[in-house]
Amino acid sequence: MKVSNSQWAAQLSGKMPEALAREIDVFETEIALRKQGKLDERLFAETRLRRGTYGQRYDNGQRHDGQKVQEMKYPSGELTKGPNTMWDAPGMQRIKIPGGGLNAEQLETMADLAEEYSDGIAHVTTRQDFQLHYIHIDDTPSLMRRLAAAGITTREACGNSVRNVTACPYAGVCPDETFDVTPYSRALSRFLLGHPDCQNFGRKFKPALSGCAQHACGLTSLHDVGYVAKRRTENGAEKIGFEMYVGGGLGAVPYMAKLFDSFVPPEEILPLTQAIARVFARLGEKKNRSRARIKFLIQDLGIEKFKELVLEERKILPFDPRWTEYITVALREQEAPLNPGGEWPSAASDAFKRWLKSNTRAQKQKGYVTATVALPLGDITSTQLRALADIVRRFTRETIRTTVEQNFALRWISQSDLPALYEALEAAKLGAPGAGSIVDIVACPGTDTCKLGISSSRGLAAELLKQLAEKSFEMDEAVENLHIKISGCFNSCGQHHVADLGFYGVSRKVAGYAVPHFQVVLGGEWEHNAGSYGLPVAAIPSKNIPQVVTRLTERYVSNRTNGETFKEFVKRIGKAELKTVLDDLARPPANDRSFFSDWGDPREYSLEDLGTGECAGEVVSSVEFDLAAAERELFEAQLAFEKGQIDKAGDGAYRSMVHAAKALVKIGYSTVSDNPDEIVSEFRTRYYDTQKFFDPFAGGKFAQYLFAAHEKSKEPRTPDSTRYLIDESQLFIDAAHACYNRLGTAVGV
Amino acid sequence: MAAARVKLQHVNVKLMLKDPAVVDLEPLIPIFHSWISGRVFEEMLLDIADYRHVPAGPGVVLIGHEADYSVDNTGNHLGIRYNRKAALEGDSQDALRQAARAALTACKHLEEEPRLGGKLRFNGQEIEVFVNDRLVAPNSAATFEAVRPDLEPFAQKLFRGEKYSLTYDSGRDPRSLFSVALKSSRPFSTADLLQNLAS
Repeated sequence: MKVSNSQWAAQLSGKMPEALAREIDVFETEIALRKQGKLDERLFAETRLRRGTYGQRYDNGQRHDGQKVQEMKYPSGELTKGPNTMWDAPGMQRIKIPGGGLNAEQLETMADLAEEYSDGIAHVTTRQDFQLHYIHIDDTPSLMRRLAAAGITTREACGNSVRNVTACPYAGVCPDETFDVTPYSRALSRFLLGHPDCQNFGRKFKPALSGCAQHACGLTSLHDVGYVAKRRTENGAEKIGFEMYVGGGLGAVPYMAKLFDSFVPPEEILPLTQAIARVFARLGEKKNRSRARIKFLIQDLGIEKFKELVLEERKILPFDPRWTEYITVALREQEAPLNPGGEWPSAASDAFKRWLKSNTRAQKQKGYVTATVALPLGDITSTQLRALADIVRRFTRETIRTTVEQNFALRWISQSDLPALYEALEAAKLGAPGAGSIVDIVACPGTDTCKLGISSSRGLAAELLKQLAEKSFEMDEAVENLHIKISGCFNSCGQHHVADLGFYGVSRKVAGYAVPHFQVVLGGEWEHNAGSYGLPVAAIPSKNIPQVVTRLTERYVSNRTNGETFKEFVKRIGKAELKTVLDDLARPPANDRSFFSDWGDPREYSLEDLGTGECAGEVVSSVEFDLAAAERELFEAQLAFEKGQIDKAGDGAYRSMVHAAKALVKIGYSTVSDNPDEIVSEFRTRYYDTQKFFDPFAGGKFAQYLFAAHEKSKEPRTPDSTRYLIDESQLFIDAAHACYNRLGTAVGV
Repeated sequence: MAAARVKLQHVNVKLMLKDPAVVDLEPLIPIFHSWISGRVFEEMLLDIADYRHVPAGPGVVLIGHEADYSVDNTGNHLGIRYNRKAALEGDSQDALRQAARAALTACKHLEEEPRLGGKLRFNGQEIEVFVNDRLVAPNSAATFEAVRPDLEPFAQKLFRGEKYSLTYDSGRDPRSLFSVALKSSRPFSTADLLQNLAS
């Protein structure tokens, strides 16, 4: 699109690392080949995805305008950049930032790119990446060259590859860390980028490193491979190493990572990760994408067998000097301060005091703090990025890190610089207080730009931010420190499973109309590297979610025992009671049309469900009753699980899936029996084989949950397997609702 | 020696608003949605990006294929902005006039929009012209000298021979986009400016 696109290669010649320059040239050629029809669209799609170039919502050339689907006729006509993805449709560019580490020049580059190719906003993600939206694919080679000249690559930011290696942004300065994991995360990132053993995965692979076990910053529990810094004494000598975890992941069904080894010496983390990559590439699922993450391989093999295979692989790996050569060099490259440490300021204004309290944390180095720049919904303007670059130059040795809470961490700030820093941040409109608090809401892009979005996570986040910011001055401290995280769908990009108050987008049919909802997920744990996952309590209309937050936080304040955390409170009160608290919010009020559109989006939601012959408030089909019954059954299963009644919980969850399947089967076969074999068989014939049940993006994934549960229904249940089954049942029921909504248009049920 | 002429592309035009404090951006969202569904412009309109939560940010952006429209608050200056993304045939005069016409047309629609209650109005005098491509137009006094011969006839036509000023702020952050402020000696209505461009 830009007229200057043809000039950037020459302009930046010699300024880009040779390998990156070559890589981008290749991509540009592939773009040309695709335009000439000489490269298959599927192949091209994977090619661009491995460079972080994503599709975006409406890129199939269709957009629902609130009344009907409108065709978008792009100038490039039928040319596509992937199956059902129009060439001219704007897309998203993800940019990998290993460990979140950036310098001032890189911030400035990001500012220029956001302004020239995007809409003036750069977005920080929950995995320390950047994302730019509304990018035309023809602009991507120039954009990548400009990044490469600044030392940044987009390679393997998406696709079935090793994604950004994330690391604690406080590494090296945190008083609680065991040691600084920065050199190890950088080495791992460099080593795995483009590694031949990492090119044949069935799905993505996400590594993370953390300097300690107790804080959240590394989130190792929810990663495919996680390393937590440890120290131990061997033969009287103190040694450093890592506790190593594998097979964690959020996604539709969250898996907690399993301990692989309690102590791995530093020189082993690269070869062990390489061995894991080889095993994953060799044995991981390739065809069924919904079972292709390494967590499923580990679940199927069992952790002991998986470990055995990895260690066997490790033994036969040919030696690679990169495994260790970084260690001596890297350890010399310690980050240092720009200014001498100073005294804590005697705060003047209330605003400054509030900011100091919420946005700074002491470093282990006396006289220094780390200051957090809190970004609303992870968004920052080009102007602010340049101001931040100036701040980084003025107060640090030109370094800054992104965080998994979609913020920036400014490290090595001398305490005596804090008044000047705050003044500079305020001038750039970057001095908002509340970092890490209830107003620091994390949200994925959701229906704003993501093709998978079901509800408006950013719209809800913006509304909650507005409402909570108004109340923040009078907020109880226990509430102030809660975490809210929102995903637009079940895929968990907003990390809702590890929030005190988590929400993920679902749709429900109310009186014949589709209504945007959020599943309320309570009691997840952010601390301890995402120590435990919450469980869904109820699906609530989007417009009622602010009331959910108010009610639950008020209840917590009034009922909590001394020092009780929200997670402990949720556990003590129990889901049955919490559901009662929310019961009246579960349905939209009569005659309030605002519930039929989402936050920040006035279009009528999912209008394909407004088929002829349906009349609001009059038609409640037996399908809806049956689906509601299935949800009740699942809820009871969750309660049984809470009480440790594993068999009862597992059987109940399984039954709820069968019940939901039966609800759909009854549409064309009203006399179907209660026999699960018949229901599952009929469901397979009528909904799976015909693909009627298929989610537009997840395909038959949710139906497979039912088939697997049915097949294993007689097998002994464990707490882990039951926990997964409960989550899968919830997703199956959500998918049954979605299927029914789709059928509403097709057959007028 | 005269500076080499620059062929302008990716021109942005921002019309500064009167009484920005009274402007509520929320109604813009349904309005922009209706522009997409009603296909009010020849250009292809695609989506809406809502950045009201970002202070001094792009505000509410109507994303298009050829161009974006926004009510933009960058630098805490609220204005209606047209951001031309697709390249244009023709010379720099064509690029300037096209962008100005598009911004003014959008502004006229918004001024007449009942859902905004007449609160969103162009101040009639201040227009900022940007070039959103640093290779085409780096932010420098040299670029200003190079584009001045195109900006002057454009401003004369736009303000129909009235006095105007053309200001390049050399003290502005050199990393920001190249821009020039145009200010007429008297206020014009949006309709008048559109007519001036058409004449």
